[in-house]
Amino acid sequence: MSFWRAIAVGALVAAAPALLAGEIPSDARRSGYAFMGPDTRAMQDDDTANPGMLFVLDGEALWTKKTGSAEKACADCHGDARSSMKGVAARYPAFDKALARPFTLDQRINLCRANHQRAAPLPYESRDLLALSAFVAHQSRGVAITAGDDPELKPFVAQGRDLFMQREGQLNLACTNCHDDNFDKRLAGAPITQAQPTGYPLYRLEWQTLGSLERRLRSCMSGVRAQAYDYGAPELVALELYLMSRARGLPMETPAVRP
Amino acid sequence: MSLAISSPATADELVPYKIIGDTIPQSLTGTPGDPARGRALVLARTTTCILCHSGPFPEVRFQGDLAPDLKGTGNWWSAGQLRLRLVDASRFNPQTIMPSYYRNNGLVRVGRNFASKPILSATEIEDIVAYLATLQN
Repeated sequence: MSFWRAIAVGALVAAAPALLAGEIPSDARRSGYAFMGPDTRAMQDDDTANPGMLFVLDGEALWTKKTGSAEKACADCHGDARSSMKGVAARYPAFDKALARPFTLDQRINLCRANHQRAAPLPYESRDLLALSAFVAHQSRGVAITAGDDPELKPFVAQGRDLFMQREGQLNLACTNCHDDNFDKRLAGAPITQAQPTGYPLYRLEWQTLGSLERRLRSCMSGVRAQAYDYGAPELVALELYLMSRARGLPMETPAVRP
Repeated sequence: MSLAISSPATADELVPYKIIGDTIPQSLTGTPGDPARGRALVLARTTTCILCHSGPFPEVRFQGDLAPDLKGTGNWWSAGQLRLRLVDASRFNPQTIMPSYYRNNGLVRVGRNFASKPILSATEIEDIVAYLATLQN
């Protein structure tokens, strides 16, 4: 590094002491929405055209449906989701004191099913789990993301950040190589985003269905020819937590639409 | 850069190659590659080239812009230089995002289907080198 470059970097570090190398300053953080064309934006913006809203409606029906051997519905404990669930998804993954680790919203739904409804867990990416998770997260639409604020989450956020920075796979690429260093450029014609997970679960046109952030992370891992982590693996939860904390302040969009 | 001899330790199916300066002067297969096959390989998504690079490929609609345009590559790089850059670009810049196309060890969490395999075979490297060397204007 040249002398003048060192001075310039030093000045930047002094001006933004909380910012680690390669990270995107908070005022430069942009949702994937900002990288889309007008047609896809219009589809997300219009609830009657947004295919994710069908899942939200399914989730609303499931919310009040009694299930499991306890014959209880979500609504029996949580009441009207419009007030009880507002802002909840914006702070997930959240720390669970009893189990001493972070949980995703999907995992929380299944814990509720096991502990309170006495019902079998819903499989990852199943229609019902995506619908419930979309319905709950939709109650946070417009709410600023606050995930990762709990001090007990600190080591897990750090673990997620390490994974984000870790090169892996046959192509030997880390998430940061594209999503911190090269957003706005084009990978085979498709714009690279900042990987801000503001709208999950979201409807991806490529998938022709709603999908979770874990599905997206696994697909990026396959893209660099790495062995993807299993759904619910601590590493995926840590990555999800880091990404949500990295998006702190951006408004939730669930259900987002993406190409 | 001085002379170095690379003999990848755990990479028995990779052919050994000799680095001289910033080149691998000798063909990995002992014979020259086929530029026509090389062009087809560069355009094939599975080789990953045009995910990041663009080039003189009017028939391809989607090309990347994370890396330099390949147009004119043959003007400034010799075949030996191109060969080493394909085999192991990280030799010149450890931070590069360009994968090392002829390497099969020291990588993290490689997918089951790709374990212990280089991204490109020696023959594919030679075909691509032969094609890139023709990109002169």
